[in-house]
Amino acid sequence: MNTNSNGYTIAYASILVTIVAALLAIVYSALNDRIEDNVKLDTKKQILSALNIKDDENAADIFEKNVKHYVMAEDGSLKEYDGKFITVFSKDTNVHVFECNVNDTIKYVLPVNGAGLWGPIWGYVALKNDKNTVDGIYLGHEGETPGLGAEIANEKFTEKFIGKKVFGEGSDDILLGVEKNGKVSLPNHQVDGISGGTITSKGVDAMLKDGLSKFKAFLTKSNVSAESASSAVNVTPAITSAPAAADSSVSAEGKGQDGYGDFSEVEKRVDMVDSIHSEVKKLAK
Amino acid sequence: MSNIKDIFVTPLGLNNPVAAQVLGICSALAVTAKLGPAIIMGLSVTAILALANVVISLMKNTIPSRIRIVVQLVVVAALVTIVSLILKAFVYDVSVQLSVYIGLIITNCILMGRLEAFAMQNNALDSFWDGLGNGLGYAIILVIVAFIRELLGSGSLFDWHIPEFAYENGYLNNGLMLLAPMALIILGCVIWFLRSKKPELQEKN
Repeated sequence: MNTNSNGYTIAYASILVTIVAALLAIVYSALNDRIEDNVKLDTKKQILSALNIKDDENAADIFEKNVKHYVMAEDGSLKEYDGKFITVFSKDTNVHVFECNVNDTIKYVLPVNGAGLWGPIWGYVALKNDKNTVDGIYLGHEGETPGLGAEIANEKFTEKFIGKKVFGEGSDDILLGVEKNGKVSLPNHQVDGISGGTITSKGVDAMLKDGLSKFKAFLTKSNVSAESASSAVNVTPAITSAPAAADSSVSAEGKGQDGYGDFSEVEKRVDMVDSIHSEVKKLAK
Repeated sequence: MSNIKDIFVTPLGLNNPVAAQVLGICSALAVTAKLGPAIIMGLSVTAILALANVVISLMKNTIPSRIRIVVQLVVVAALVTIVSLILKAFVYDVSVQLSVYIGLIITNCILMGRLEAFAMQNNALDSFWDGLGNGLGYAIILVIVAFIRELLGSGSLFDWHIPEFAYENGYLNNGLMLLAPMALIILGCVIWFLRSKKPELQEKN
């Protein structure tokens, strides 16, 4: 048979592709249930790992007993969720919160996802009862570079997050993040990035900031009510701490509405800079 | 039998796919920052290459020559996908570790190179040994490069770490080793070493 004729080539290609497609479909449908179960179990393990529970054998049981699955309503309150168990990447518009009872203390686990250098990255952030202090974190990735970006999943990196605060003092800005190695300016909130894994580190930073902002309503709910339960809902937290005021003129402008003091501070500085300028000019002459 | 031995042994040294044929360089740079993943990658390529070689060698007489590369690609992609699904269903932990490499296997030029150069002309048994030999030859180079990079770059080998007193006395890890350019330089040194030991590898100018 002439294997170089057009007819043969086209027929060969069509048959080959059909066979391969059928083969893949059969294998996939035969194994899909098992794979989904594995993925769910793995997700549960990841959530437990954020809570520093590393008991691989009984992960499903422990999860069943200690973890409650909620979705967040717009006002920040939690509602029981009884739908299908989902992973970070399921297309779902609900904001999911896991409430966990570990040794009689309540902790919250918040799923976040983002993009690394080569593909998706995701994480489970476990917060203490105050909804501010990080209790533990799990970071996962699909295909970051081994030895560089992939190190975000390493315990040596994730344990650096323990004890960091999500919010700046007295504000509702999310400061928890990753900063370039050696450039950490807010040691209460930032973690050293991974050298050689800059883009992945930045991805983690963006993921934490974007991801956690979805939970703002929930996270700030009790904080606001604790400070001023009777006052109106739209009270923005006042900027009182000195470091925030001394930050820069930009941040003072951004929050000018509730921090009049900051403006005078800025004006003083502008005056100072002007006077320095004129001094320099005089000297130059 | 000596024929099979030749087919299996020469890719390990003299006709090494990375060092002599200069195939598979891209993945050799990408996965050699740590020793563990390098070994996993080496073994997965070996398995897939041996399998793909056998399949293509069985099909070789029917493949229309104008679309042979496409056919090879389809076979490799199908094999890799099936293997990855099976791993996900039965040994999920391993598949998580491998997930990075699965994609890299499909694009690995050693596969295309061996399918085109060997499996298309030889019988299934010889092709199997050729796949095994070339896969392991690739794995050896990965291990050599990864050993140097992990030891000097991260100061560790698997779970072993350079003892603290070395750092206290001023030893530093070389962060450059973790970046891809250093992998290329080390790979160059390996090829250089191999060629200086085996003059028959050198081209006559």
